Amino acid sequence: MFDAILGGVLIGAAAVWIFLSLGRIAGISGIAANVLSGAGFGWPLFFVVGLGAGGWLAYATVGAPAVVAVDGEYALWLMLGGLIVGFGTRLGSGCTSGHGVCGISRFSSRSLVATIIFLSVGMMTATVLAGLGLR
Amino acid sequence: MKQNLSALLGGMIFGAGLVIAGMTNPEKVLAFLTLNQNWDPALILVMGSAVVVATIGFWAASGRDTPLFDTAFHLPGSTTIDSRLVAGAGLFGIGWGISGFCPGPAIVGLLSLDVRAVIFVIAYIAGVKLFEVWERNKSTPVMQGDG
Repeated sequence: MFDAILGGVLIGAAAVWIFLSLGRIAGISGIAANVLSGAGFGWPLFFVVGLGAGGWLAYATVGAPAVVAVDGEYALWLMLGGLIVGFGTRLGSGCTSGHGVCGISRFSSRSLVATIIFLSVGMMTATVLAGLGLR
Repeated sequence: MKQNLSALLGGMIFGAGLVIAGMTNPEKVLAFLTLNQNWDPALILVMGSAVVVATIGFWAASGRDTPLFDTAFHLPGSTTIDSRLVAGAGLFGIGWGISGFCPGPAIVGLLSLDVRAVIFVIAYIAGVKLFEVWERNKSTPVMQGDG
């Protein structure tokens, strides 16, 4: 429980820092799209490198992620999920960070609606797949 | 330079937060999204504490005319709730519920060489590119065949 709160505080603090220093929204799907578009060595690329470095430092402290065997079926689920998340976050202009954390904190009604939708649809999807014994 | 270093620092804090919170473990995320007897509500605390900190911080910073290292704030201008927003959020929810990954944790996992995240991100990039192709084709008139 403490980990969840500490992690959340760090995420919130990072979003505030990006807003205060750069005047930007720390929306990761948007930042990732910017990097993928080949924009070069701008702040989005540095943010993505920071994500990796910060994650790596935290893993070095709390322990590396469990090595999970990925069989063919699991790989297909991951690919399907990745494809849909990639398309959906661009269409909906944001993900958990941009809408869920930054948008709600700025009292954006768009982000509140998006967050309610992706949380409830995510819960429905995971619950149905688990109920069917597929995941 | 200051901008890039600020982004690097912000990314590092964000990435560390995602790992400590457990967001980079798709099993934990799916345990939150799956509403059954094994439901794990911990991730509510992640989002809740992040939103509390960000709300206070944005409010405190909102009195400024400019950010520290730029000449203006760059905030989303759109306020309309349209079908793109609704459909996009719905699709994102489906993909998140299937995989347990959202973009931030997936990028952290990729850079830590978590095999699950590597597979997810390759497909994620394909999804982003697919969207760009779809968007381009939608905005240019389709040439009709002459047959």
